[in-house]
Amino acid sequence: MTLDLSKAASASDSRADPADVLLKARGLKKHFPVRKGIFKRQVATLQAVDGVDLDIYRGETLGLVGESGCGKSTLGRTLLRILEPTEGEIEFDGIDLNRLGVRALKAQRQHMQIVFQDSVGSLDPRMKVKDLVGEGLAIHGIERKRRNRLVLETLERVGLSAESAERYPHMFSGGQRQRIGLARALVLRPKFIVADEPVSALDVSIQSQVLNLLVELKREFNLTYLFVAHDLAVVGYISDRIAVMYLGKVVELAASDDLFARPLHPYTQALLSANPEPIPGRKHQRIVLKGDVPSPIDPPSGCRFRTRCPIAQPICAEVEPPLADHGQSHGAACHFAGTKIPETPSAVVV
Amino acid sequence: MSPNGPSSELLRVENLSTWFDTPKGVLRAVDAVDFEIAQGGTLAVVGESGSGKSVTALSVMRLVERPGRIHPESHIWFKGRDLTRLGERALGKVRGNDIAMIFQEPMTSLNPVFTVGEQIAEAVRLHQGLGRKDALGRAVEMMQLVGIPSAERRVKDYPHQLSGGMRQRAMIAMALSSDPKLLIADEPTTALDVTVQAQILELMKELRERLGMAILLITHDLGVVAEMVDEVAVMYAGRIVERGPVAEIFSSPQHPYTEALLDSIPLLGMRYSKPLKAIRGAVPNPLDWPVGCRFAPRCDYTFGKCITDDPPLLPVPPQESACWLCESGRRIPRTDQVVA
Repeated sequence: MTLDLSKAASASDSRADPADVLLKARGLKKHFPVRKGIFKRQVATLQAVDGVDLDIYRGETLGLVGESGCGKSTLGRTLLRILEPTEGEIEFDGIDLNRLGVRALKAQRQHMQIVFQDSVGSLDPRMKVKDLVGEGLAIHGIERKRRNRLVLETLERVGLSAESAERYPHMFSGGQRQRIGLARALVLRPKFIVADEPVSALDVSIQSQVLNLLVELKREFNLTYLFVAHDLAVVGYISDRIAVMYLGKVVELAASDDLFARPLHPYTQALLSANPEPIPGRKHQRIVLKGDVPSPIDPPSGCRFRTRCPIAQPICAEVEPPLADHGQSHGAACHFAGTKIPETPSAVVV
Repeated sequence: MSPNGPSSELLRVENLSTWFDTPKGVLRAVDAVDFEIAQGGTLAVVGESGSGKSVTALSVMRLVERPGRIHPESHIWFKGRDLTRLGERALGKVRGNDIAMIFQEPMTSLNPVFTVGEQIAEAVRLHQGLGRKDALGRAVEMMQLVGIPSAERRVKDYPHQLSGGMRQRAMIAMALSSDPKLLIADEPTTALDVTVQAQILELMKELRERLGMAILLITHDLGVVAEMVDEVAVMYAGRIVERGPVAEIFSSPQHPYTEALLDSIPLLGMRYSKPLKAIRGAVPNPLDWPVGCRFAPRCDYTFGKCITDDPPLLPVPPQESACWLCESGRRIPRTDQVVA
């Protein structure tokens, strides 16, 4: 298959235009101090996000995939300035977010929303659904009558009845709660939504309902998504492009089809081969990575993946590979990008 | 009955019902379930939350606690003995000896105040009657067997010092210390990252081949099912709705629920331009299961009989399916009934 990126994008039904960047991050870092002792002295720094450049095109879904602790959720939150970045620039719709004061940022928030794994479960259980969904509107000073109308409209759009407005969140199932979370974000008519593991806690039959809904809403409201998740098949399904994260860095970034057809980074290859697919009898040997992800408090020198990489060379410990373009806007941060990783014969160390 | 005849049968669960007495009524979590596992065989019980799969596993171990109870007409035949009729003492000997179990979160099953080595050695001492020193040596061997690197050093670690993957390996080492005939694994990789999950799945497959034990796998993950087992039982609302060999279950599911479940998972390479199959509605209330087929309210093929009569498992060789469409021994296509 040879297709250029523009064709790949149209095949996946996206109106995204690479020239029209909605959100732009440069050199973004988020470090957390690690404190100890009675004086809370800072003893170390946890480098959750450590130097990320990212462009999110208007109208696309960018998938952000990685294992726990890779910094994907922190990156999602830092992009919205829910977490203050330690370093780096964020530009949203032409506005430099870092320069905004509290008030201007609040106004800008209307356009950038976030949905969590269980958004509603973490909210005040004594508030009715209509108040939960309408909270953002109230903050932005929309008067009650108009607020109620918008809330009911939005609830209906995410597949909830008008009666549900008067009920409490605990009366709903996981799938319905996720719909409430979506309504809460959507009611403000944002341009951009960060969806952080929005379907991870759901059963597969409910997961597909919510994924379909996300796709419909994106079309209808011209949304742009950053879809953060650990499940490769789910991310691949919903995303136009995918960024793979490992220990605070983006190690590979490509159009979804291109990433699956041509994974260039050894970590992406391992992730793909580890993904258990519901196809019995498919005899495939896995690339089984040795060991666990190192601590982001003291990441390895050079390439951060080298301690688990099956093809690491001396240079990998010394020089950190940049995210370099390997054609068709396919970026990979590896000195030996494109090398096919040998399969692992045995999982048992004897 | 298993095709190899009764001689190879290891576990046969007959008419298992596990009910919970709640203030709101009797919750029939598991309701008349039958399945069997041959010696060295592998069966996955797969289902979504609330299907009763975990309660099924706990029932086989007789680990259901009040207000749960196993219905007196249930039988759990293990190597010719009915576990439902055994007293606590005899049960204790079966558990941990012939049947071992591993759970989703090993941290809750490991004791935080003892080293991993001490805990594995304790299990070895109990089951193999070794002295303290020999047991510790055997613990190191077990840890090597399950692929824990530098086991001699790690034997002195406490559970919190191990990563999630290493803890699961330590749990498996403990479970295997008695050389069990049956390993019950309840969502063994659900809490793990995908690259670590791959390590544990490979390990379980390899150990099974080497040690010849049977595995009862409880999971919601159809990907894990496809990789791990030969036989599958699909549970929905406390019932087994379909069972059979893994290849056929996936390639030609006979129960509408199995079919819908398989169609609702995105596979690698599928794109959003094509909507996923969604099963409408939600699982019914376990305090009040529907009278007829429990899947009928969500099914695309429902017709008259489904609402009034509860279908038994009907033979659709090589599967069995609890669906009225399968009455003739072959599932009748009823595409005309599909709800748009």
